Amino acid sequence: MNLYQTNLGQTDPVAIFFFFLFISFTLYITYWAAKRTKTTTQFYAAGRSVSGLQNALALSGDYMSAASFLGIAGLVSLKGYDGLIYSIGFLVGWPVIMFLIAEPLRNLGKFTFADVVAFRLSSKPIRLASSIGSLLTVAFYLIAQMVGAGNLIKSVFGLPYELAVLIVGTVMIAYVLFGGMLATTWVQIIKATLLLGGATLLAIMTLSHFNFSPTALFNAAAEKVGDKVLAPGGLVSNPWDAISLGLALIFGTAGLPHILMRFYTVPDARQARQSVFYATGFIGYFYILTFIIGFGAMVLVGQEAITKLDKGGNMAALMLAEVTGGNFFLGFIAAVSFATILAVVSGLTLAGASTLSHDLFVNVIRDGKSSEQEEVRVAKIATAALGVLAIGLGIAFKGQNVAFMVGLAFAIAASANFPSLLLSIVWKKFTTAGAVASILTGSILAIVLIVLSPTVWVDILKNKEAIFPLKNPALYSLTLSFVAGIVVSFLTKEKRAEEMFETEKLRTFLGVGME
Amino acid sequence: MDSKDVHEALQSKEFKTLVSKRWSISIILTILTLAVYFGFILVLAFNKGLLATKIGDHVTIGIPIGVAVIVISWLFTGIYVRWANKVYDPEVHRISEQFKLKKGKGRA
Repeated sequence: MNLYQTNLGQTDPVAIFFFFLFISFTLYITYWAAKRTKTTTQFYAAGRSVSGLQNALALSGDYMSAASFLGIAGLVSLKGYDGLIYSIGFLVGWPVIMFLIAEPLRNLGKFTFADVVAFRLSSKPIRLASSIGSLLTVAFYLIAQMVGAGNLIKSVFGLPYELAVLIVGTVMIAYVLFGGMLATTWVQIIKATLLLGGATLLAIMTLSHFNFSPTALFNAAAEKVGDKVLAPGGLVSNPWDAISLGLALIFGTAGLPHILMRFYTVPDARQARQSVFYATGFIGYFYILTFIIGFGAMVLVGQEAITKLDKGGNMAALMLAEVTGGNFFLGFIAAVSFATILAVVSGLTLAGASTLSHDLFVNVIRDGKSSEQEEVRVAKIATAALGVLAIGLGIAFKGQNVAFMVGLAFAIAASANFPSLLLSIVWKKFTTAGAVASILTGSILAIVLIVLSPTVWVDILKNKEAIFPLKNPALYSLTLSFVAGIVVSFLTKEKRAEEMFETEKLRTFLGVGME
Repeated sequence: MDSKDVHEALQSKEFKTLVSKRWSISIILTILTLAVYFGFILVLAFNKGLLATKIGDHVTIGIPIGVAVIVISWLFTGIYVRWANKVYDPEVHRISEQFKLKKGKGRA
């Protein structure tokens, strides 16, 4: 057995060089963007100047987190085929966004998805309720990312956890605070390009050991670890579990505030749909690459060495980079992973700050009457506050198992955000009370049920048996959120909203009067 | 644009056909996407052996099928974009012209 010696965990000059290159370049972009970030449209939506292809890269950047790169490659390296099953679930939400949400969202809204839900319903109650859904989604996603960032940087660069979280938080605040959506978008575009390029290179270097034949790679894996890695294993054993997780991933993707917000950065519906097409292609391609990378790590690094460094396999892709391309390549891929985390937390923070300033401050506290300067100022204060909070939470959750929080964020997005958004677009008789009922039912059920589920009740709270049987609550929380929205709408009537639905149609389908 | 144009546009056969065509295509493609994905998941749940069927020395049929689910999902988005760009957008343009509707500004 040739257990190789790794340089991971030591302060690696190559990684630090690439990392500083990335930070300096992106901070320069932030400086450039800051001069173009004065109005609300510029701060929240990059002046609606982003092209379809650029937005596709930014969307992919928001979605391809370090967790999906390192996590899924690691899962494949340890479990084989099951890793592919997992990543497929993450992809299928994108076509659904395109078919049901993207264009109406672009035509009806301004800065946040709550704009669409509140379009013909009573603004205040809707914004209050939907802020709960948005902020919970952002918070859980952000905690998971911050804790992941601290751990990753600690194991890759050898920096202390707290310092790592502090660096990520500070740079992220700088991007969003000064450069708004324009800087955040370009950080995402650069990161997505680096990640797609880096993963492609890693896959090519891997395949070069196998005469560029994926089949040879799979055969080598089967000969080394056994045929079982090429067949489905234990991931999908209970069909209800699988269906519930699938629903959370698909409809959760269509309810993530930081993803939905990106559709306001393009000039029109045509660019919006174009961007989903390219983004789906990029993300699908990326998942196919992680599959190859995972198998490459399984064969070239070996499962024993991978689990020795990290039980969950999170270091597999980085170890593979070291084996195939030496220290230099390891440094590059490590820096790309760091950039990935930075970009994702920036997107989340901007989405959270928009909810706080645009939905809560301007439309609830100020009744929709606020000057441009005041709104931008509040959005910036919200950004700084959220950034500091993210650093605090990242440190507070040190050493905790936060993996379930991503699943929870998707469950809340699917159950609280998606149903009210879809119903407000398609259903004439949808009412304010119905929307509030749907959002509250979805958020409360998603949280309560996940606490009672095996994911938290057994794995984290160490109880013997779970009270709620499924690992992800979406099957119940999403369904009941729709039921609550529909039943309450039937019980209440909103004449004004029904009348407005007709005029709204011209805006939804033709873009008449869109912003 | 005045309210008369808006009313006429909303009542016009062209607009109603456009809206119903748009939703038919969206709903059909959504159902197909979900059917492909949940079909795959249900096969996994109930007949794992099927995907473990070997098509080479070691490689199973599950691998090309899994990759195909990703590629098909993407192709569905391609079909939609093609339809929307070729049929939907020109029709939107035509209706907007016919009823003198002003498109939104789009850029700020």
